[in-house]
Amino acid sequence: MLKLLFLVPTLPLIGAILNGLFGRRFRFSERTVAAIACGTTGLSLLIAIGAIIDYSRSLAPTLYRNTAFAYTWFDGGLARTVTGSVRQFRVEWIYQLDPLAAVMMFIVTFVGFLIHVFSVGYMSGEGGYYRFFSFLNLFMFMMLVLVLASNFTMMFVGWEGVGLCSYLLIGFYFERDEAAYASKKAFITNRIGDMGFLLGVFGVFALFGTLDFGELAEVFRSGGAASYVESLGQWGVMSWIALGLFVGAAGKSAQIPLFVWLPDAMAGPTPVSALIHAATMVTAGVYLLARVNYIFAAAPSAMVVVAIIGALTALLGAAIGLTQNDIKKVLAYSTVSQLGLMFLACGVGAFTAAIFHVFTHAFFKAQLFLGSGSVIHSLHHEQDMRKMGGLKKYLPKTHWTMIASWLAICGVIPFAGFFSKDEILHRTFLNGKVLYAIAIVASFLTAFYMTRLMAMTFWAPERFDHQPHESPPIMWIPLAILGVLALVAGWVGIPHALGGSNNFAAWLEPILIKTAANTEVHEASSSIELSLMLVSLLVALAGILLARWIYLKRPEVADSLSETAAGVPYRMSLNKFYVDEAYNVFPIGATLRTSEVLMQVDARGVDGLANGSARLTQIGSSISNWLDKYVVDLLVNLQGWLVRAGSVVLRSVQTGLVQNYALLMVLGLIAFVVYLIAAR
Amino acid sequence: MIDGSLFDLSASTTKFLILSSLLFVIGVGGVLARRNIIVIFMSIELILNAVNINFIAFTRHWQVLGKINEHTGELFTIFVITVAAAEAAIGLGIVVSLYRNRETVAVDEIDLLKW
Repeated sequence: MLKLLFLVPTLPLIGAILNGLFGRRFRFSERTVAAIACGTTGLSLLIAIGAIIDYSRSLAPTLYRNTAFAYTWFDGGLARTVTGSVRQFRVEWIYQLDPLAAVMMFIVTFVGFLIHVFSVGYMSGEGGYYRFFSFLNLFMFMMLVLVLASNFTMMFVGWEGVGLCSYLLIGFYFERDEAAYASKKAFITNRIGDMGFLLGVFGVFALFGTLDFGELAEVFRSGGAASYVESLGQWGVMSWIALGLFVGAAGKSAQIPLFVWLPDAMAGPTPVSALIHAATMVTAGVYLLARVNYIFAAAPSAMVVVAIIGALTALLGAAIGLTQNDIKKVLAYSTVSQLGLMFLACGVGAFTAAIFHVFTHAFFKAQLFLGSGSVIHSLHHEQDMRKMGGLKKYLPKTHWTMIASWLAICGVIPFAGFFSKDEILHRTFLNGKVLYAIAIVASFLTAFYMTRLMAMTFWAPERFDHQPHESPPIMWIPLAILGVLALVAGWVGIPHALGGSNNFAAWLEPILIKTAANTEVHEASSSIELSLMLVSLLVALAGILLARWIYLKRPEVADSLSETAAGVPYRMSLNKFYVDEAYNVFPIGATLRTSEVLMQVDARGVDGLANGSARLTQIGSSISNWLDKYVVDLLVNLQGWLVRAGSVVLRSVQTGLVQNYALLMVLGLIAFVVYLIAAR
Repeated sequence: MIDGSLFDLSASTTKFLILSSLLFVIGVGGVLARRNIIVIFMSIELILNAVNINFIAFTRHWQVLGKINEHTGELFTIFVITVAAAEAAIGLGIVVSLYRNRETVAVDEIDLLKW
């Protein structure tokens, strides 16, 4: 199976091509489209699982490079690195598998497949069915290229590709202004991040002369990069490379200051939100950081930045999530917040914890999104939680599966989120108490707003207009599978303190570069870890109970809170802390004003030059026109006049009378005879 | 001695040439001076026959001098007569056609060759 690794990305691509190119022309029925899309991703999932099993049995944890269908994508010339060594710039299109890629590949194919199946039901009857599945399959391909890439260039293809698919799918309902703007916003914000990514990649090549992950890891492992860290100081070149890559990651993973696109991205269909904007694409940034953890390990100052940004994003996302009324917006800010937590983990050097959280988060957040999709579907596209309530009775399956995810995201033992979140909190605590405090507050807020979401949707009194109906099996079965995983997915990483063996960390350990931070964790006492677990559990329960009390027992408390003393923070949160407005003023407004000035420069200056040169040309051409008309033409006409004047004289000889000619002949004859006689 | 006026050297070649010269001049005069195209044709015939007399005269001249088998001039004369007949036929055809178009056969009224 390992040899078939290249098929894992290729199959969805084939599905995308089939549906995308032929779906409209041959009027594929919904069944055909669904069969193609789910078939290719399902097959891809099976191959992926087979490949991971083979890999774990035979090769793990060494790097496997899939040579089948590998080729040299482009072969550049020689390049001189800053250290003076000359390297061949060559990019191979080759898929690789290592423990990290295996985890991500599993998440992408598994969650991707379930969401494909869910979408069959959810998108049923929508226009552009084939288009939706074609984009979704294309996304799977791009994401798998990103995950299985063996070098930065290939990863960049996937990186841009998922951005493109995100754009296409957010704008799926392109006839709605909101969706069209949201897709543009997502794309442009991502472009800003991609710029940082590219700069980071350029830096890597300039410094090391290779973009291959395996070779880079080897350089760092062998200590070949140590000199850069020391010789260039705290804000040396490594920090800038790391920050560049982090900017890329922040764009893709919706971190401060580039998070604004993700909530707007909810304009896309809900399965898209689940797959792209919760489970897979947005975690690409975390994946990137874990993939090049050796670079970050060599740039401690950049790590601090990552940790701070991550913690602040976690807090900000949670704070905004508190007051949103659109069910998908709450989940979107929740995703921002959880991604912040993952970056916090990366920032404190807990890359395995970050990936672990990516792993568990993929399941429970995808489940929550799909669950919200099921709710929205049943209420005829009503997304406002104020018009829901009491759905527990009507959507029991959706309700019970969402319960699992809710407990998982709140961090209640033994649900999946507990283990991953706790590992992050533990590592953060060891690193810095302030960051830990921020993360704990974020956890409390998370528990609060998620309970608020559940209460307003399922438990509060009924406030909906349409009679809701439970979703068909093709929708609730994926929900159930993900719900079960929201419970059990964390069990692969039960920490030592709870008597587990933390298999997940052990599986990922080989991809990490050994640093002091990594090793000292094992020495930390388990009593600290246990007490931290207790704290986070208590915080989660407090959040849950408080929200339950406010939104179920005393709804008037929420209203009075929003109107009175707490009104200002409430309005701040409701209006997303005016980040969008601030962006409209500073970067966007400034850009617009600058472009206005530049337009004036263009209209007055550049156009003036252009018009002036045109005027000069006109004058010059009128002079040359005059010359042509009165000098050149005069010469030509003069010849004509001369010929005509000559002909007036000469043509009088031609009388046209035969006898005249004959007379001339005779005269000539006589002259000739006279000449002959005279000459004798 | 062969008897006959044909071989009589008293009728010398010079006389024939004088005759033909007179005929030629008359023909040329007619061609130049007459208006009627038919008469011009007749004058051309005179010119041609002047030539024929020359041919015959010189053939005879050679025969008298001993070249018994000299017949070139006679042969040419027959050619000239034949061509003249053909030329007259075509010429008269042109004249008829001309008359139908212009209602005249006076050459001073026909100046189509003018520029």
